[in-house]
Amino acid sequence: MSLKHIDLLICCGSGCISAGALKIKERFHEVLKEHKATNEVNIIETGCMGPCDYGPVMVIYPEGIFYKHVTPEDVEEIVSEHFIKGRPVTRLMLQEEEKTFAAQKDVPFYQKQIKVALENCGYINPESLDEYIATGGYEALGTVLTEMKPQAVIDEMKASGLRGRGGGGFPTYIKWQMVHDNKADQKYIICNADEGDPGAFMDRSILEGDPHRILEGMMIGAYAMGASMGFFYIRAEYPLAIKRIKMAIAQAKEMGLMGDNIFDSDFSFDAEVRTGAGAFVCGEETALIHSIEGERGNPTPKPPYPAIQGLWGKPTVVNNVETFGNIPTIFRKGAKWFASMGTEKSPGTKVFALTGDVKNTGLVEVPMGTTLRELIFDVGGGMIGDHKFKAVQLGGPSGGCLTVEHLDTGVDYESLKERGSMMGSGGVIVMNEEKCMVNVAKFFMDFCVEESCGKCSPCRIGLKQMLEILERITSGFGREGDIEELQRLGESISKLSLCGLGQTAPNPVLSTIRYFRDEYEAHIRDRSCATKVCKDLMHFQIDKDRCIGCSLCARNCPVKCITGSRDEKYIIHQVDCIKCGNCYDVCPVKAIDKEPGMHPDTVAHRAELSKAVNRYEDL
Amino acid sequence: MYKEICAKYAPNKDNLIYILHEIQDTHPQHYISTEAVNEISKYLKLPENHIYGVLTFYSMYSTTPRGKHIIRLCESPPCYIKGSINILRKLKTILGVSVGETTKDGKFTLELCACLGVCGNAPVMMINDDVYGDLSEEKVEDIIDKIRGRN
Repeated sequence: MSLKHIDLLICCGSGCISAGALKIKERFHEVLKEHKATNEVNIIETGCMGPCDYGPVMVIYPEGIFYKHVTPEDVEEIVSEHFIKGRPVTRLMLQEEEKTFAAQKDVPFYQKQIKVALENCGYINPESLDEYIATGGYEALGTVLTEMKPQAVIDEMKASGLRGRGGGGFPTYIKWQMVHDNKADQKYIICNADEGDPGAFMDRSILEGDPHRILEGMMIGAYAMGASMGFFYIRAEYPLAIKRIKMAIAQAKEMGLMGDNIFDSDFSFDAEVRTGAGAFVCGEETALIHSIEGERGNPTPKPPYPAIQGLWGKPTVVNNVETFGNIPTIFRKGAKWFASMGTEKSPGTKVFALTGDVKNTGLVEVPMGTTLRELIFDVGGGMIGDHKFKAVQLGGPSGGCLTVEHLDTGVDYESLKERGSMMGSGGVIVMNEEKCMVNVAKFFMDFCVEESCGKCSPCRIGLKQMLEILERITSGFGREGDIEELQRLGESISKLSLCGLGQTAPNPVLSTIRYFRDEYEAHIRDRSCATKVCKDLMHFQIDKDRCIGCSLCARNCPVKCITGSRDEKYIIHQVDCIKCGNCYDVCPVKAIDKEPGMHPDTVAHRAELSKAVNRYEDL
Repeated sequence: MYKEICAKYAPNKDNLIYILHEIQDTHPQHYISTEAVNEISKYLKLPENHIYGVLTFYSMYSTTPRGKHIIRLCESPPCYIKGSINILRKLKTILGVSVGETTKDGKFTLELCACLGVCGNAPVMMINDDVYGDLSEEKVEDIIDKIRGRN
C-alpha cells in the first residue's frame, strides 16, 4: 500500500449523491489519471457530512479544506491548482458576508454542533471496518464483553440517562432491564430503522455513514439483556443503508467480531437484515414485529409489551438507530461524560434534520436544550431570502408546530411536549410567512389518513372526518363551529387510538389551532387565505393600468374565462376561473396580481347555488 | 420462474415479504401476478388471502403491471413546502399520465410515495433505485429525456 499524502473525502450521503457526487468522484479518478497523480491522492467516499444544501461537498486533508457546490467541471481546477500546486480554490469555499471559510472546522454550520452519534459520519469510509476500528470502534464492545457483567452494563446505561431517540423518549435502560430480568430461552433485539417521519433522515445517514457503530451498539445491548439474535428492520426505500449494514455484518463476522464466543467470552451473536415494503405504521414497534413475522404491519395493543412478549412471542427490545449510535461512545467515554451534556431530564445530544425554508438544510447534532433560535438561525443560517420565520414543525406528522414566541425554548422531550409539540425522530421543518398553516395542517392530516393502517376506528374514521372538515375550510365552505369540532375530534382520537400513529396524528391540527386560530377564523368567516395558498380563498385580478392588452393571458387560459381587447384591456370572469395561474405566469408586464379572499362574484355565485340546492331539498 | 425464486428462501412465513420483493423486482413489469401468489401460497403453505392481505397492505407492492421505470415522487411535507406540486404537474404533462398510471409505451409508471429521507435536497423523486434531488421543472424534463434516450 502506498502512502498518499492527500485525503479527499467526498460526501456520498444520499443528499450529495442526488446532487451528483458520484459523477464528481468518477471525474476525479479520470483527472488524477491524466495528471499521473493517482498515487498522491486517496479518494474516500464518506457518509453524510451534514450540510445537504451545500451539496455536493468535500473535505480535503491534511488541511481540512471544505469545498461546496462542486461540479464535475471544477475537478480539473481542484486537481491542478490545489493538489499539484498547493493553492486551494477559494471560489469553491464557503463565502458569507465577505468572509471566506477555508477549513471545515470554521464553517458556521458546524460551530454549535457536538457530534456523538454522527461522530464518524462524513469522516470515515463507511465500507471499511479498519477505519471504524481506527477511530476507536469496537473498543467499547471489547470492554463490555471482557470486563462488565450484563447488569453493570444496564447500570451504566441508567447513569447515562439515554432516552429513546425514535421519538418516545422512553429511558433505554428500562427496556433492557425488563428483557434482562425475563428468563426466556430466546430473546431478540431489533434495530428500528423504519424511518418514515417526513422530514427526518438521520437514521438513514447514520446507517449509510457509520454502519459498524449501530452494529456495535446493538451487540452491547444484546449482551446486556442476553439476546443472541438481532434484526435490522430497514425501509425498502433506503437501498444504500441496506447494502451498507449487510456489508458491516459480513465484515464483522469475518473479523470474528460477530459469531460464537466473541472476544473469547460466552457471548454469541448473529444479526440479519429485514426490509419493509412501504408502510409508515411499521415504525411502531408492535407493527414492526408483525412485519418481520411476515404479517400485515398492524399494531397490537400494549400490554403485553414487546419486552414481555415480542417477536415470535419472545422477549424483544426495539431500539432506534440513533439510540444504538450513542451507545458505543457512552461506553468509551463514560456515562458521566454523556450525562454532562444536554439537560437534566434529557441528557446527551440529539440529531436533527433541518428542512424547509431554512438556508442550511441538512443534518445537525446539538446538545439537548439548545434553543430553537440557535438551531434555526445559528446552525441553520436563518431563513432563505428576505423571508420571515413563521413556524417550525417538529416531530413530523405526529408533532406540532411552534411559533416565533417559542424560539427561545430549549429543545428537549419535556419542554416540547408542554408546548403541544414533540421531539419525534428529530425532523425540523421550518416555514416562512408564505405558508398557510391551515393548508399545512391539512397536508399532514392527509398523510396520516393515507398511512393509517385501518385497524382501529378512531384513527381510521376520525382522521378522515378531520380531513374532510379541513378540506371544507380550505375550499371556502367552512362553518362556524368547525374549529371546535376539530378540537373535539382531535382530543378523542388522541385518547382512543390504539397506537402512536393515531394518538399523535391530530397534533399538527391541534397545535396550529392553538397558535394560529386567527388564520382558521379568517378561512371560515372571511373566506380568505392571507397567504394566497388556498386556491379557493384567493383570486387573480388584472390591473387595468398595467395591462397592455396583449391578449397572452386570454390565449393561455384553459377555460377561456378571460376576455377583453387591446383598448378595453382584459378582465377575468371570476366565477369560471379555475385558478390555474397560467395567466399569472405568462403576463409579460406582470399586470396580474394574486389577491387574498374569495372574489365577491364567486361569493354571490356560491350563495345562489346553495339557495337553489336548499329549494330543491325543500321540495 | 416463481418456483425458483421461492426456493431461494426457507419455506417460513417470515420470508414472505422478501419473496414478494424479489418476484416484483425481477418481473419485467414490476408486479406480482395471480400466478405468483398461487405459487407462493403452495410453497409457504399459506392461504392466498393471507398473501393478498400482506401484499395489499404495503404500498410498494403492485398487483397490476407497471412500467419499466418506476418514478416515485416524494409527497411528504418538506417536499411539498419546496414545491413538489409543480414537479408533479410537470411529470404528468411530460409523461401524459396521472398518478398510478403507466405510459402507453410501458416505459414509465408515475407514483407518489412517503418520505424518501433526502429532505435536505427537497423536492426529490426516486426512479427505480436512483434518487434525484433539488428538482426543478427543467431538471425533471432533462432527467426523463435522458432515461428515454438510454432506451
